[in-house]
This record gives sequence, C-alpha cells and structure tokens, in this order.
Amino acid sequence: MILEIENLKTYYQTEKGVVKANDGISLSIKENEVVGLAGESGCGKSTLIRTIIRLVPKSAQVTADKMKFNGQDILSMPEKDFREKILWQGISLVPQSAMNALNPVYRVGEQCIEAINAHTEYDKAECEKIVKRLFDAVGLQAGMMKAYPHEFSGGMRQRAMIAMSLVLNPALVIMDEPTTGLDVLVQERILRNIKEIRQKAKSAASILLITHDISVIAEMSDRIGIMYAGRLMESAESMELFNEPYHPYTLGLKNAFPSIKAIDRELISIPGSPPNLIEDIPGCVFAFRCPFVIAECEKTRPPDLEVRPGHVVHCIRTDHVEEFRKLAGDKKTWQSSRSAT
Amino acid sequence: MKLESIKDFFVTQVGIITSNRFGKFGASIILFFGVVALLAPWIAPHDLWESLRDSNGKLAMLRPPSLEFPLGTTAMGRDILSQMIFATRTTFLIGLVSGLISIVIGANIGLLSAFYGGKIDEILMRFTDIVYGMPFLPFLIVLISLFGRNIWFVIIAICCIVWRTSARVVRSQALAIRQRQFIMAARARGCSNLRIIYGHIMPNILPLLLLYTSFNIAWSVLAEAGASFLGFSDPDNLTWGGMLYNLWISGKIRTAWWWFAWPSICIILLVSSLVFISRAYEEVANPRLKQR
Repeated sequence: MILEIENLKTYYQTEKGVVKANDGISLSIKENEVVGLAGESGCGKSTLIRTIIRLVPKSAQVTADKMKFNGQDILSMPEKDFREKILWQGISLVPQSAMNALNPVYRVGEQCIEAINAHTEYDKAECEKIVKRLFDAVGLQAGMMKAYPHEFSGGMRQRAMIAMSLVLNPALVIMDEPTTGLDVLVQERILRNIKEIRQKAKSAASILLITHDISVIAEMSDRIGIMYAGRLMESAESMELFNEPYHPYTLGLKNAFPSIKAIDRELISIPGSPPNLIEDIPGCVFAFRCPFVIAECEKTRPPDLEVRPGHVVHCIRTDHVEEFRKLAGDKKTWQSSRSAT
Repeated sequence: MKLESIKDFFVTQVGIITSNRFGKFGASIILFFGVVALLAPWIAPHDLWESLRDSNGKLAMLRPPSLEFPLGTTAMGRDILSQMIFATRTTFLIGLVSGLISIVIGANIGLLSAFYGGKIDEILMRFTDIVYGMPFLPFLIVLISLFGRNIWFVIIAICCIVWRTSARVVRSQALAIRQRQFIMAARARGCSNLRIIYGHIMPNILPLLLLYTSFNIAWSVLAEAGASFLGFSDPDNLTWGGMLYNLWISGKIRTAWWWFAWPSICIILLVSSLVFISRAYEEVANPRLKQR
C-alpha cells in the first residue's frame, strides 16, 4: 500500500459552526494504481488532498484513525520531516489550475530545478538533465526551460506542472483537476501524456486523480471513489462501479451523464443540492435527495459496507440494489424524492 | 551564471529608468551628484571652512558669484562652491544609507506581517501605526538631541521613521501575492517559509521595492535638510540643510541670495530626480500609468 487512510476527518472551525469538509473518509492506494475521486463542487475533494499534503490552514482540525504513506505515519510526523522527506519526494502535487501555479518571475526550468534542489543534492548539470528528460516526456522542447510562464500556453503550463511533479520520482502523484479549463483536445493530449509517462518511467507512480469530470476519471482510473458532502459514498474498480453501482447517488450520477451508446437517452438530474456542511447530519448525508430513503437512513450513519472485495458502499440498503437499479432509470423515481417536492 | 544574472538585473533596471524621459533626466542628475560626491576632496577648489581673501588681501565676505568665487562666498568668507561640493557628499551619504536601511526594515516588516498574519501581523502593524502617529520632524529632533549631533545618529533617527510607509505598502502587496496559486504550489513542493517569503513573494514585488527605495531616499534627504536647517545636524559634516542653517544664523538671508539659492536648488533637484526615477518604476509596477 502506498497510501492508507482510515476515518479521516478535517473540520474547519468557522464563526457559524464547524464545517465538516471531510467526515470520515477511508481510502487506500496501491502501488502503481490510479485512483480517481469524483464529486460535485464543494464535496471535500480538494480538502482531502490538502489534508494529505498538509496544505490546510492551521486552524483546521485533522484527525484520523490511520494515515500512512509507505508505512510511515504522516499524520503525527513533525512538520520539518514531512516537508523535507515526504513532500515532492514521496507525494507530489499537480495543483488545480496549473495555469496560475507557476511563479511569473522565474523561468519554468528554474522552478523545476528548485524543486529538485530543495530536496536533494544533485549538481546543476544533473538537475538540468532530469528536467530535460521530463520536458521531453511531456512533449515540451528542452529550450522551453529557459522561457517564462507567460510565454507558455495553458496546455504547456499544465504539462510543465506535470513534468515538475515527476522530477523526484515520487511514489504518489496527486492531480487536482489536471484538465480543468482546457479544451477537449488538450485534455486528451494531457491524459495520453500521463499514461505514456507512466509506461515509460521505470518506477511508475501511483496517481490520485481528482476531478468532477466523470469521463476523465473513467478513462484514467483503475479504481474510482465517489464523494458527496465530505464522505466517500462508494468506491470500486472502475468497470465494476460503472456496470454495477450500488449507491443511489452513483446511480443518479450515471443518469445525469450522457452515454455514447444511448444517445437518445434523456439525462436525469438529481433534484436538490448538497447539504450545508455546517449542519449536523446524524444519518446518511444523501438521505434528503435519495428516492429510496427509509426512516432508518436519517437516524444512523451508514457503515462502510464491503459488498464485494474492493467494492465499498456507504449505504444501509444495499440488499435492495436490484430494485434500485431498475427504478433509477425512470425520471419519476427521482422526482419522488423529498428534495424535489 | 550568478554574475550574469546580476548583470542582467542591472541592465533591466537601467532600461526601466531610461525608458522614461523624466527617468532619464533624474538618473543623469543623480549620476552627476554621485560623481561630485565621490570626487569631492579632489574637485573642491578650497577647504570648506577656510576664510578666503581676495586679491587685495581683504576678507572675501558675502561676495556674489564671480569668476573668482563661482558661487559666491559666505559671511565668513568661505567658498560656497567648495561647501556645496562637500555638502553633496554628506547629503548623499545620509540619503542613500538611511534610504536603503529603511527599505530593508520596511520590506521585512511588511513581508513577515503579510506572510504570517494573525498575531505577528497584528503586533507588527500596530507598531507601524504607532510610528505613524509620531510627527516626523519633532521626533527626529528629539532623537538627534538625545543621541548627539553625529552623522550616524542622524541616519539612525531618519531610519526609525522613514520605513513606516514602505512597510504598509509592501504588506498590502505581499498579502495579494500570498493568495496566488503559485505560492501554494511552492509550498506543496516543500519550500520552507523563508524560501517562500524571500524566494517567491519578494521577487514579485521587486518593482515596488525599488520604487519605495527611491522614495525613501528622497524622504531621507528632505528629513535631513529639515533637521539640519533647524540646527540639528553634525557640525563637522556640512550638508545642504546645514548651509541654510548657517545662512539663517548669520542673519543675511535677505541679502545673500546666492548663499540661499544653491543649496535649495540642489535639494529640489535631488529630491525631484528621485521622484522621477520612482515614477519610472511606478510605470512598471502599474502599467496603466503609461497611458496617461
């Protein structure tokens, strides 16, 4: 296991109350695996990765039963050790909107070299060799190392950020919406790039991919997690999740997404909106929008149920899944939920 | 590489200053004063405290500008040209040193307070507010009379006050830069706090720092002139303000226009040159100014 997280909670203290941005998330990533996390805006995806690499503000309360990277406990690790030994060497980040993630006053190559210098003692020639090789891998000319970020196009900056994330051969690369804001052609090229680099590199990194674009996740990931309101609703192997979803929310998401095979199919959206994370919800966070809700759903928090090896569902009614799958394709089912009326 | 980038830096700075007509003017004036300041002992025709006699052997008191005394003489028969040359040196030294020290203090206080926020911000900024509450000249006078009339104490006293504006401006800029995405990216890369402050935030506000460096120098020159005119200066190191003070106590301010004119013109020239240079930097920091 590269990354093991159990029952991770990140709470933000605000004037109005405690915002439970991550409320009991368990997630693990194996060697060489691409894990995709999908969810609506504000469901805690970004908070999750910020918690992992300690970019949450100091006021945030982070607790977890277990948070290990390569067997090392990264929750209690001293700040300095974490910064010097884990960050970038172990876990690197391709930040959201890589467009703005490059410092405008430094040459792009310099910034990549800074990342190497901050953690190792390679000399300048070696650093340049590493960066050159990675620039080549992401399809940027070596000469562009001397350019400033404003001379790059959006796609090029994105690729430079991906190159930068790989300079120290990290075991885990976290990609926070790596294709947001790019047109589909560039998106496709970047996704292909990521795949190619993984094939080329000797020690292929695991990837944690975060996006709200399900098609990107479907294309890239071995395993997929679906997040909602700070909780992980369902996680399974990619194909399994798309073919045999258990959670009503996943079923709803599937409906809301166009399919190439069935072009005429009407898209059904889930009525309502996610709950405010300040609210104290004792039961299931999706209950208010769920068409299959029963009284029990609102009382107790559902356990993370492993319906099949590697397929975890955050729902108490998994035994009725056959019936759900049948009904979920019907628009009326969704309109019957309380949030619709 | 290091040397090259330093050279690069200066080439860019010269480019910024000379791209603007006023900047060019300011730079040449300052260059002129700088050369005069450097070469003072060699180009001054007389000792600055020497009472001169004319060809008839008479004490050359209050002579207007002439061939013999190009800028005139003082009531004690001292050559104003020589006094001006030496005063340039002292004024330049005080202005430059206190300008630079005060920008270092101001920039650091601004950067630290913006970066760390919270209590540190509160303490540093309230301290800045307190310094803001101090009236400039009276405080200077108190400090100088407390420390003694020595050129270095004058410099320290000026620094104690002049940094305040730069601290506030640097803080506000740094606050904006700190929120930018690339700072978070740098942190994710494992950069330490100091590296982020001085390696990532500071280079982004460099034009502003240079702008305020020249402002601070100008302010220091003015402050020094004001204090000297009131008699609070080092008696051994004559400055332009000190010359005006000597004129004032001689009581000849109504008759000896030349004694009054040269130091005043030079103060105005130096300060406005510095302001012109800061304008050239301001256009880089805020390109919209160019369109006006």
